Order: sequence, then C-alpha cells, then structure tokens
Amino acid sequence: MTLPPPIVQVRGLTRRFGTGCPACPELTGPAAETNQCPRCRSVTACREVSFELHSGEVLGIVGESGSGKSTVVRLLHFDLAPTAGEYRLNLNGAAAAGLPWLEPGQNLFELGPHQRRQLRNRLMGIVYQNPLLGLRLKVTAGGNIAERLLMAGWRRVERMRERAADLLARTEVPVERMDELPRHFSGGMQQRVQIAKALSTDPAVLLLDEVTTGLDVSVQARVLDLIRSLQRELQIATIVVSHDLGVIRMLTTRTLVMRYGGIVEQGLSDQILEDPQHPYTQLLVNSTL
Amino acid sequence: MLTVEKLEKQFVSHVLNGKEILGFSPVSFSVPQATALGLSGPSGTGKSSVLKCIYRTYVASAGTIRYHSGAGDWVDLTLLPENELLRLRRAEMGYVAQFLSVLPRVSAVDTVAEPLLADGVPREEARDRARRLLARLGIERSLHDAYPATFSGGEKQRVNLARAVIRPPRLLLLDEPTASLDPGSLQVVLDLLLELKAAGTTLVAIFHDRSIMDRLMDAVYRMPEKGGETGQLATRTSSHET
Repeated sequence: MTLPPPIVQVRGLTRRFGTGCPACPELTGPAAETNQCPRCRSVTACREVSFELHSGEVLGIVGESGSGKSTVVRLLHFDLAPTAGEYRLNLNGAAAAGLPWLEPGQNLFELGPHQRRQLRNRLMGIVYQNPLLGLRLKVTAGGNIAERLLMAGWRRVERMRERAADLLARTEVPVERMDELPRHFSGGMQQRVQIAKALSTDPAVLLLDEVTTGLDVSVQARVLDLIRSLQRELQIATIVVSHDLGVIRMLTTRTLVMRYGGIVEQGLSDQILEDPQHPYTQLLVNSTL
Repeated sequence: MLTVEKLEKQFVSHVLNGKEILGFSPVSFSVPQATALGLSGPSGTGKSSVLKCIYRTYVASAGTIRYHSGAGDWVDLTLLPENELLRLRRAEMGYVAQFLSVLPRVSAVDTVAEPLLADGVPREEARDRARRLLARLGIERSLHDAYPATFSGGEKQRVNLARAVIRPPRLLLLDEPTASLDPGSLQVVLDLLLELKAAGTTLVAIFHDRSIMDRLMDAVYRMPEKGGETGQLATRTSSHET
C-alpha cells in the first residue's frame, strides 16, 4: 500500500527575528515556554517545523496568537524569508509544465526572487485574515482577480473577465458587483472575493490564514460552508491556520498544534480534539466554550 | 481480519495535574471476516474507547490492532502513518458514534450522499441512492432536505448509520447506533446490518439491546473489569437463528 509522494514537504523551517545568538535554540521554544531569547532578545517565530501535505488533503495548524502558525504560512508563500529550512513541491505534469526551470526536489528557498514570484503566482493561493493584505481595495473586485491572472501569464481581457465572473459566482459574490470596489463590501464579502482571487489560477496549494476570524458568527458559517464545498469540488491541497477548534473540526483531517514556534503535537484532527496528548492541546480543547 | 492484542488505554490529564485515568484494562480479541463481534460489559468499562482506538480517534497506550486491509496486507492500526489511516477510513472503514456529530448546515440527503460523491459517483445518482437508503431506514421524505441538527435522537442515529453504510465498508464499528430507536426502526436496522454482514462486512459493535446482540453477533467479548484480569471471548452457536 504505497501512497503517492506528498505534494508539499517542509523540513526544519525556522524563522528568527533579530540577530540571534548561540543560546537561542535552547532558550526558546515549547520547552523553554517562550519564543524570545532572554539573552539576545531575538524572537524565534517558528523553529524546526517539519511536515508534509498530501494531494487533496486539508491540514490544520492550530495555536494561540504568537505561536508561529501564521509565520509558517507566510514563509510558504514567500512573504517572508526563512532563517533556515527546506521547502519542496512535488508537482504533477500539468502544474509543472509552466515552470520548465523547476528541478524535481529543488529546495524552493534557494530559488531567486523572480522564480519565487512566478511559482507563487502560478501555484499558490492565499487568503489572509485581513482583506487589506490580500486585496487592493481601490481596484474593483473583478480587477483584483484579473490582476492575479495577469501575473500568472493570462493576456486576453475578455477571458479574464469571464474567469472572474465565474469565480465570483462560485464564491457567492453577486456578479453585478464585479465592477465595484471591495472597500464598499462587507467583511464576509471581502473574504469571498479574496477566496475567488486565490482560486483564480487553479493553485496547487491553498493557504488559508485565519480566514473567518473577526467575522460575525453567521457570516463565518457561510464562509466556512463555501470553503468546504469548494474543497470537496476542487480537492486542492490546503493548509488552514486557525486558533478556532471549530474551524479545525469542520475543515481539516489532520492537524499540527503549535506553541512558542514549535510543533507540540500532531495527529488526526478528531484525535487531537478527542484525545489530545500534549498539556497545551488539552488546555486548548478544554478552553472551548 | 482484525486482531486486537493486549490493547490498553490510559488517559493522562495534564489539566488535572497529570492525573491518570484508566480507559480500559488489556483487551485481546480476534474477528474473522464477515462476522460480527459484540463488546459487552457494564458502562464505564471502556467499550466505546476500544472502538475509538481501532478508528484512531484515541491513541492506544499499549498493544497492537492488526487489520487485514483490502489491499491484502496486515497493518497495525496503532502505528500506521496518518495519511494511510485516513485513506483506509475513507476507502474501507465505517464508524457510527454514540452521539451524532453531523456537519452543520448540510441536509440529511447530502450528509448521506457525501461518501459516494467522494468516490466519484455522479451527484444525482448519489443523492438518489441516499434518499432510498434514508427512506428504507424510515426517515420521512420531507426530512431529507432538512438539517439533521434539528432531528430527533433516533432520526439522527439513522442518518449517521446511513452515511456509514451507503458505501458498504469492509470494517464497520458501531457504538450503540440503536439506543434511541423504536422497535420498528430497530428491525430495519438489524436487517440492514445482517445484509451487510452477509455481503462481507466485518462488524465490531456495542448494543445495549440484547435481542440485537443475540441475532447479529457471532461472538461476544466481555470487557475486563477495570484493573481486573483479561476479558472473555465467547463464540455463539447459531441455534438462535433457527
């Protein structure tokens, strides 16, 4: 019984803010119960994070704010550069076709900025908690999507408009509002435009960073339902970052628990929720209202 | 096709300062393919926990759970990599929990049809088969498009069961799936489970209803007392079927 290789492989992912000192690895992390080194004051936002993401899988990363979960996602999206670590993608033929320079087994963190950007535009989609990071509020909803398609190499305007309209319809944004500015949209609708934009290039990997945090409960439910139905339909390998165990329960099959920058526990999502092993995970599960 | 050996479970509660709570004392049993094994014993002896360990919702503390997979190899479910376990769950395992955990805002028919859709069955056909199974289980047609969250306990249980068996699993784990059913529905569920067994499904189940235990089970494993000696496996004669 052999499964195909994972689509994403991450090894030893580490990001430190600050100069760092030889004592950092020992004086920070889950065991030290801090992410700031008491000697050099550098913050190790994530450390030695290793995991795999399989094709079609939805992986959860859960932890409180400051646990490093968003840093991991931003490193994978090349928004930040890592201090150390390896990042590999195993692509199928179609996804790899547009990137002839990409060698199999290549550590993506060693690529140049131009190649990283190309990779991100063609293969990755991200939805941030804050729509300001994912959308340009002074560009129309349709324009936001077209912009992303342009970066991925699309050229024909009418095809881009068709694609944008199709995606907005699928993410339940009224198509007649395509030419309006997202700044006039509600929070839930801005998130749906972000999702449409992230999906527009048929990404191989989708990153969702606290997408429902800050939304009203009923709006949250609609956005989650949308993500779930898109997930079932499109089967994109997805990483869902959330501090909300309800989101983890609803969307993911496997979960990593992070604290002070390190993974303290990982397992099947139902196991993490029903039989948590690490003291911190137990606290988290027992803290749900 | 399933052999559980010296399986143990302790919970360590760090919230309660590392307090250890015994899930169940060592459990060993073996279930041949296309037979049903009942777990019996007073409440609190860990019957549900055994099922959860097999399904890996609980992490076993000791022992092995060897399973003969559809691919023909023996795997230890306590050690199998998570992704392979997930694949097994999807492809050949069913689990019906004691308490319903349906997804919110998904209609009964879509809840039941989902495993078929995941298998690539066209949407209309999947929904059609889901409706027929729900109808067979006595769920009124008017409820098929409603959310199970609003259903009665017995209706929820049947929706859960329908979802687990719409694509007959090789291994079916049942945790009191008939606790809130009336005698009529009980008979329908029993007939369905007997059919699955005849078609090759292996069952490990907990029923508090003695008549179901008698009519469905080929063997019964009596859970050990907590901290007590080992449990007992008794094979039933088939005389009750005559």
